[in-house]
Amino acid sequence: MTETTTRQADQIAPAFVAAADEVVARYPVSIRSASLPLLHLWQNEFGFVDDSGIEWISARLGLVPINILELVTFYPWFRREAAGRTIIRVCRTLSCAMAGSHEVKEKFCEAVGLDPHAGHHGFGCAPPTSPDGKFSVEFVECLASCGSAPVALVNDDLIENIRPDAVAALVEKLK
Amino acid sequence: MASILPPPHSKERRIIFGNISLPDYAPDIDTYIRHGGYASLKTALAMKPSEIVGAVKAANLRGRGGAGFPCGTKWSFIRYDDGKPHYIVVNGDESEPGTFKDRHILHRDPHQLIEGLVISAFATNTHLAYIYIRCEFPHAARIVSEAITEARARGFVGKNILGTGFDLDIHVHQGAGAYICGEETSLLESLEGKRPYPRIKPPYFPAVLGLYMKPTIVNNVETICHVGHIIRLGAAEYAKMGTPGDGGTRTMCVSGDVVRPGFYELPCGAVTLRELLFDICGGLKPGRSLKAVIPGGSSAKIMRADEIYKVKGPDGAMVEKNLSMLDVTMDASTLQSIGTMIGSGGVIVMDDSRDMVRTLNNLNTFYAHESCGQCTPCREGSLWMAKMTDRMLAGGGRADDPAALKSVADNIAGRTICAFGEACSWPTQSFLAKFPEEFAIKAS
Ligand SMILES: Cc1cc2nc3c(=O)[nH]c(=O)nc-3n(C[C@H](O)[C@H](O)[C@H](O)COP(=O)(O)O)c2cc1C
Ligand code: SF4
Ligand code: FES
Repeated sequence: MTETTTRQADQIAPAFVAAADEVVARYPVSIRSASLPLLHLWQNEFGFVDDSGIEWISARLGLVPINILELVTFYPWFRREAAGRTIIRVCRTLSCAMAGSHEVKEKFCEAVGLDPHAGHHGFGCAPPTSPDGKFSVEFVECLASCGSAPVALVNDDLIENIRPDAVAALVEKLK
Repeated sequence: MASILPPPHSKERRIIFGNISLPDYAPDIDTYIRHGGYASLKTALAMKPSEIVGAVKAANLRGRGGAGFPCGTKWSFIRYDDGKPHYIVVNGDESEPGTFKDRHILHRDPHQLIEGLVISAFATNTHLAYIYIRCEFPHAARIVSEAITEARARGFVGKNILGTGFDLDIHVHQGAGAYICGEETSLLESLEGKRPYPRIKPPYFPAVLGLYMKPTIVNNVETICHVGHIIRLGAAEYAKMGTPGDGGTRTMCVSGDVVRPGFYELPCGAVTLRELLFDICGGLKPGRSLKAVIPGGSSAKIMRADEIYKVKGPDGAMVEKNLSMLDVTMDASTLQSIGTMIGSGGVIVMDDSRDMVRTLNNLNTFYAHESCGQCTPCREGSLWMAKMTDRMLAGGGRADDPAALKSVADNIAGRTICAFGEACSWPTQSFLAKFPEEFAIKAS
């Protein structure tokens, strides 16, 4: 885990509180249902979820912190430390693997200056991130676009039919 | 996103993908209405709720999410007037490897889903619904949320829908990268804000003790979309497109070693595997021959190209005949009769260049990563199956590895809380049964 000197919760703006209220309103039967969407809101705002985030969300929903922490440690999407500005998630599942996704991932790693064979450290950790903090690259499971394999999710955008030899140029555009 | 669909093959019948095929189709409400959207809702609101449930039953609509349960039967477990709140949760988690149809509906025709959902809610006395979308579809979550806002502004969603006194709220809920959330009770736990551990059935059948322990319908995105078309076409007309046990159209997603992978909407049981792979998908890559096919998402048992199958069906007929793999009809009951399944419609094709141990290892790694960890046989077994195939690939296979793999798989299926147990053992069991020689080579 990264040592953070500033607590994310100290940087909350009124707009964030309003957005959180809006999220909670979608769950009229049980506000605990808002825990996942609040985690998304938090991570989108701050890049990751620190202890103060876990405390803030649990307090907002009348829960105890472990109720939120157990979600962060279960779901692969959430992390407790900063990732790169652009996160490249290459699909490693069958159809993409058959179409060459391992080579595609290696090319992405090389293009952003990462060791292609460095592993992911596990739940809660950020995926391997380039020294300049610009890129993270990781393998993920099937992205539901197997017909246009190999694919990768680059931040919010899906890139399909990726040719290994086109990766370097793609990364240049993302820089 | 592949923007425009190629013109349909002559066997295709685009009901769900009708709008999406149009070159200038956009996801906004005006475009949808211009193409006849929300007319089925008006028809449905003039019907009795029980008539709608009856129509869905008569249409022989089976769930498109994987389990293939008859949709009308599922709905009739909900008692309209039991005085309890009911909920509908649309399963847009789409994460079964090989499946990629819901993604397009959510991104490109969200109102089709909303219309089907409002009809489904009206039929089952439901006033609150959630659309659960995997977080790897961030644009879809935004597009569907905007569509709900548009529909609310036009009186199709919200209070007193089209002046009928019927109320329905719909919200989008995003997942967080876990495959298990596609399993319906895991999805409900996820939606309740808890760790998404699947619930044990019985007693936690969603229709009895679902979301917030109230009667709940969980249906796949495509399934809910079909409801609108059943109302539009009439149950009889709709059912007629398919086979007696599998009505309407189903989207087949084809990936792997074919010339034209993609998704194709076909009347249920309209094509054999040969027609699907060779006529529609352009056959195998030059110089290659067919080795194996997974017919219904990664957990469906694999079919071997040179095998002769004893087939019953399609439906009704129930005549036994011997067929080569390519002559098997792609409908739910035929595939069931040969020991595999149509599942989520995800067809993964492998040619003669593929190593079956490597292929299985890819799936084993997937399942080992995605097990929720609640049940010991699944948590430990999925990991061991991945480790053993890893070892075989690294040249460290042992003579008893195939038997050990089979024993691990056999001890998962049927001994777990949810069907992930079956889903992760079927690939190992079927790969070993169909390709023993490849495992034997790597086991020495
Ligand atoms: C491990 C597992 C994963 C599943 N994933 C999905 C999924 O991603 N999408 C889906 O619609 N159904 C999925 N299902 C099936 C659901 O549990 C449920 O049967 C389905 O959503 C019901 O809808 P339907 O009757 O309309 O098919 C999955 C089931 C299991 C056991
Ligand atoms: S079978 Fe596997 S995924 Fe399902 S509840 Fe048990 S451990 Fe979890
Ligand atoms: S296998 Fe890569 S998107 Fe499905």
